[in-house]
Parts: sequence; structure tokens; C-alpha cells
Amino acid sequence: MSAVLVALVLVPLVPAALAAFAPVRAVKAASLGAGLVCFALTLALVPAAVGPGVQVGFLRVDALSAVFLLATGFLYPATAGYAIGYLHGGHSEAYLRRFYLGLNVFAWSMLCAPAVNGLALLWIAIEITTVVSALLVAIEDTDGAVEASWKYLLLASAGLGIALLATIFLYYAGSTVLGNSYDLAFPPLLAAAPELPHTAVRLAFVLAVLGFGTKVGLFPVHTWLPDAHSEAPTPISAVLSGSLLATSFYAVLRFHQIAVATLGPRFPQTVLLIFGVGSLALAALYLLDQHDIKRMLAYSSVEHMGILAIAVSFGAPLALFGAMLHVLAHAAAKGNAFFGAGVLVRKYGAKRLSRIRGARGVLPWSAPLFLLAILALAAMPPFGIFRSEFAIVAGGVQASRNVAAVALVALVTVAFLGLSAATTRMIFSPDPPPDPAGELVRGEVSAWMVAPMVAGLAVLLLLGLYLPGPLADLLTHAAAQLQGAP
Amino acid sequence: MHPAPAPGVFAGTANVIAVLVLLLEFWMLRQALLRDQVRLYAAQSLVVSVLAAVVAATHHLPELYVLAVLSFALKVVVVPLVVLRLMHDTSEEIAGSATLGTASAVLVSIVVAGFGFFTIGVLHLPSAVLPTTALSVSIGVVLIAFVLMAVRRDVVSQAIGFFSLENGVSLASLVVAAELPLILEVAFLFDLLVAVVVFGVLMRVHHVRTASLSTAALNRLRG
Repeated sequence: MSAVLVALVLVPLVPAALAAFAPVRAVKAASLGAGLVCFALTLALVPAAVGPGVQVGFLRVDALSAVFLLATGFLYPATAGYAIGYLHGGHSEAYLRRFYLGLNVFAWSMLCAPAVNGLALLWIAIEITTVVSALLVAIEDTDGAVEASWKYLLLASAGLGIALLATIFLYYAGSTVLGNSYDLAFPPLLAAAPELPHTAVRLAFVLAVLGFGTKVGLFPVHTWLPDAHSEAPTPISAVLSGSLLATSFYAVLRFHQIAVATLGPRFPQTVLLIFGVGSLALAALYLLDQHDIKRMLAYSSVEHMGILAIAVSFGAPLALFGAMLHVLAHAAAKGNAFFGAGVLVRKYGAKRLSRIRGARGVLPWSAPLFLLAILALAAMPPFGIFRSEFAIVAGGVQASRNVAAVALVALVTVAFLGLSAATTRMIFSPDPPPDPAGELVRGEVSAWMVAPMVAGLAVLLLLGLYLPGPLADLLTHAAAQLQGAP
Repeated sequence: MHPAPAPGVFAGTANVIAVLVLLLEFWMLRQALLRDQVRLYAAQSLVVSVLAAVVAATHHLPELYVLAVLSFALKVVVVPLVVLRLMHDTSEEIAGSATLGTASAVLVSIVVAGFGFFTIGVLHLPSAVLPTTALSVSIGVVLIAFVLMAVRRDVVSQAIGFFSLENGVSLASLVVAAELPLILEVAFLFDLLVAVVVFGVLMRVHHVRTASLSTAALNRLRG
């Protein structure tokens, strides 16, 4: 198994290196191939992760990290495939090389983050995701892209500065038990957690939620998120939203694990509940009045990260299981939604919702797939998010967090209203959009842009209807880890 | 706070250096000339690098000399050079576009830094060997860096604000986590280098697009 783990963090570097010199066609194929291989490798890691975990050098995978690896492992090939269609024609070779270099390094850093053993290395991996993705956001070189990228880089770097402070405080806390020279690896730190000084851990946890929360997109440090998601090229938006936010949340969860072991569940749960409800409320309200399709999806990401934070704050096994399932289902659903939005934007040449009308008649595949993705995001059965949110709410009630559970359901309903109203207008509205050039002919832009959506839909259905045994085991184990199991 | 025992050589030096870093941070806040601001950052980094050497000597951690040298090379030489080179092409000299006047900004910073300082003091993180005062001061530095980033309206000051925030964190890490394995410290620095390069790229792109260093035009995306 250790070979699998090592391969996982090496494979994405192959297409990244090829992007420097190989023919663009080969780079595209290599990226897709590397993505598929990585997905297979993450799947192969699942059985071992359920058991004692896999450890090689400074790499380590347990159930919790495997869940987040799966999310990235799925979105990486989906995005690489989608990008082939998205970038067809109209881009210089230099642009394509930069794009594929960036995409593969970005995927690499997101696969590294859950795979490394230790808080310091985790911070480093997350910082790498920031700098790479900031460049990818700016790659279009428009005024909007540069503005979004600058905001993102500045805010996320400042947030990560705080996260580094959190890491240092935790190191300080740990040094009282583990001595002055240790490398912040998880197992010893978790073992020592019950004896750590409370104040330092409390401080570290709050700083970590605030710092990494900037990258997760938690209110009130989410402000870079809608800009970056709307201005980035659509394949990048999909990865940012489906995978990067979750990976950053993984960092919060690692701090949560230690905080729970040291302080007991009450304090960390309260902190997460505050951030979660704030994010969910803000996103639900913003979703009601959005004019830009990608910003709408970005606020939906804030909403779902809020749901994740609330789910973890419930602390009940069922809610934590739901949270883990939610990570996977959200990756598939948000990837699909951005993929669909990318097709709509390409077809209509506009990001404004008011310019996109009657898509059902224009895009025979993408329009229904986009609609289904939005319905999945809005937690309609039979998709995975319905199942995960149901588990989360049930877990909340189980843990007697009735008020928070009711607030969750109410706010998710508001978000559903905003999302579905805008989407049905785009898909079903009969009035034809202004089309002076007569370019709006019926037909898909590219089959490459549809295939990943079909795959995403299959994953959503699988997660919603029939959770395969090993996967269910994995999620249960990860949930148990969040409750304090080793 | 209850009276602490007289600080040893290390604690004394660390505290003095921390205060120097804090003063330089205040100086950056009131410095309107962009070039001088970059030089102040270099000076601040130099002080932090010296602290690394001091820690290496007093704690007998020879590997920290490596860190001191790397930190010197990177933060005193490379980063300022990169930023100054970027500014070579622009005629803008003055970061005059502050949202707050200098006096107000300094007053706000004093309040914020005091808050940070006393918060850490009140939390009373117990430690037998580490100078808690220096830790409190470094939190003050981090908070002022945030003020600097918030009140300035040009890409150079904002970037320098972030770099000095990193200096504050380095200060904290030298005081608190001096014995963190060298490989991790080096990785942190390497990460900073990458961040600097990306900051540089984006500053250049911004400058080319808007023919200005000001961020006043960055107001298109909202809602």
C-alpha cells in the first residue's frame, strides 16, 4: 500500500513536467491519464485507510484523510477531461501550457495536503495550494481576474499567516508533553492531546478556524471566494469549490480532533457552530439575489462549507458520518454545477443570469445535467447530498441540538429557493434570449464537457442510493476519528 | 500581571529584538515613501534573522544558523530586491492613498497592539524557558501588519504588510518553536519565497494592466 501512497503524490507531477516541453496534445492526454490514475490510487487506498492506515516517511493516510483524497481524486480527472473541451480553440499554446502546469500542480498540492503526516507539513501544502490557485485565478488576465486574484492571494495569505500562528501555538502546547523538538506528526500529538495545556490549545483552535477558515470560505472571512470563483476559468472554479475548500476544511478538522481530545467537545463545537451558522445564513441570503451564475455557485459553496461546520459541531456519530459523505457528494455536485455553468457561459457568451434563457432548447444534454446538479446541491433526493444532509440533521436532533438543526433546515430551504428560482429561469424560461448574431444553435459545445457531468451524476446517484460497503466503512471510521478514535 | 523573575540573557535579547521589530512595524506604518517602506521591511527582516542567530547561540542549536542565513538571504536581500525592481518601472513613490491619516492609523495600531499584547499576557501561557513577553509583542506585530494591509491602498504596501506579518509570525515561532525540526523551518521559508514570487507576478500584472500601483481601481467585483 505504501507504494500506492507514494505514487499518488508523484503521478500528478508527470503531466506538470510534460507541460513545459511536450506537445500540448500530449499534455492534455497526460493530465487526464494522471487524473484517472490518481482516482484509481485513491480508491485503492480506501481499504487500507479503514484499517490501521498507511504510513511512509512523512506521508500518512488514515480514514479521515482518505475521504478528502477521494474528493480531489474524483475531481482531478473530471476537470482534466472537462478542460479538454473547455479550452478547445482560441487559446495560445503558452496559455495552455501555463494552464496545464497550474492545474496539475494544483491537484498535486491538494492530494499532498491530506496525505502528509503533521500539522506543519499540512500548513505548507495548503500554502502551496494558495499560491498555485491564485496564479490560476489570474490566468485569464482580465481586469476582473487580476482583481480577484489579488484579493484572494492577499486574504488567503493573511489567513494562512494566522493559521501558521495557530500551528506554532499548538507546537508550543505540545512541547510541554512531547519535549522541545518534535515534528507535529498526528499520532503522537493526538496521543499527547489529553495532557496539553488548555489555554494554548484553545487559542490555537480558534486561530486555526479563523486562519484556515479563510481558505474554507467561512463567514466573515469568505470575501475573496465569490470573486475568485467567478473570475477563474471554469474548470479551475470547479476544483476550487469542490476540492480546495474541502481540503482546507480538512486542516480545520485536524485541529478539531486535537482540540476535542484536549478540551472535550463543548468548546470546539461551539466555535464551529458560530462560524457555520454565520456562513450558512450569509450564503442563503446572498443566494436569493444573485445576477452572475458563477457567483451564485460560489455562494452555494459558502453555504455548503457552513453546513459542514455545523455538522461537525453537532458531534453525533450520525452527523459526522453525514459530514464526511457531504464532502464527497459536494465535490461531485459542485463540480457538475460549475461544469454545467461553464457550458452555459460558453454557449451564451455571458455570465449574467438574465442573459441565459431557455437553455433547455439549446443544450440538450448540459441543460438537464446542470438542472440535476443544482437539484442535487439543493439536497433533493435521490442524490448524495440529500442523504448527507438528512444524516446531519438527524444527527443534530439526536444530539439534542434542536435549534441549530431547525436553523440548518430553514436556511438550506432559503438557499434552495434562491438556487432553484434562478436555475429554472435559465433552463425553462421560454422567452428567447437576444441573439442578434444568430449563433445560438441547438447543440452541445463539446462532448468532453458533457462526459464529466455524466460521471458526476453517476457518483451522486451512487452516494445517494447505494453506498458501497468499503466506502460506508471508510466514512464511519472517519466519523469515529472525529469523535476521538485513534 | 504578577512580577516575573529577572529575565536571562536569552529572554532579555529576545524581548529587545521583539520590541525592535514592533518599532520597525510602527515605522513602516507611518512611512509614506514606498521605497523606504521596502527598506524598513529589510531592516525588520534583518533583526528577525539576528534573533535566529541569537537563539542558535543561546540554545545551542547549530542548525538555526542555517535558518538565520537563509532567512537573511531571502528576506533581507531577495524579497526587497524583487519588490524594488518591480518599482523600478513606476514613477509612483508615495503610498499617499491611505484611507486613514497617519496619526489615526498609528493610534489604531497602538490600541490593536496593546490588545494583542495584553490578551496573550492575560491568557498566561505558562512556560519555564520561553520569554512570554516576546511572544506577546509578536502578536502585536501581526495585528499591526493587518492594520497596515487594511489602511494602505497600493499593492506594494499591501504585499509588504503581508511580508511583515510573516516576520511577526517568524518572531513568534523563533521564540516558541525554536526547536521545530529544521526541515520544516526551511519549508516554511521556501513557501514564503514562492508566495513572494507570486506576489511579484501579480503586482507586475496589476501594474501593467492599470499603469498604477493603487488598488483604488479594484472595486469591480462585489455582491
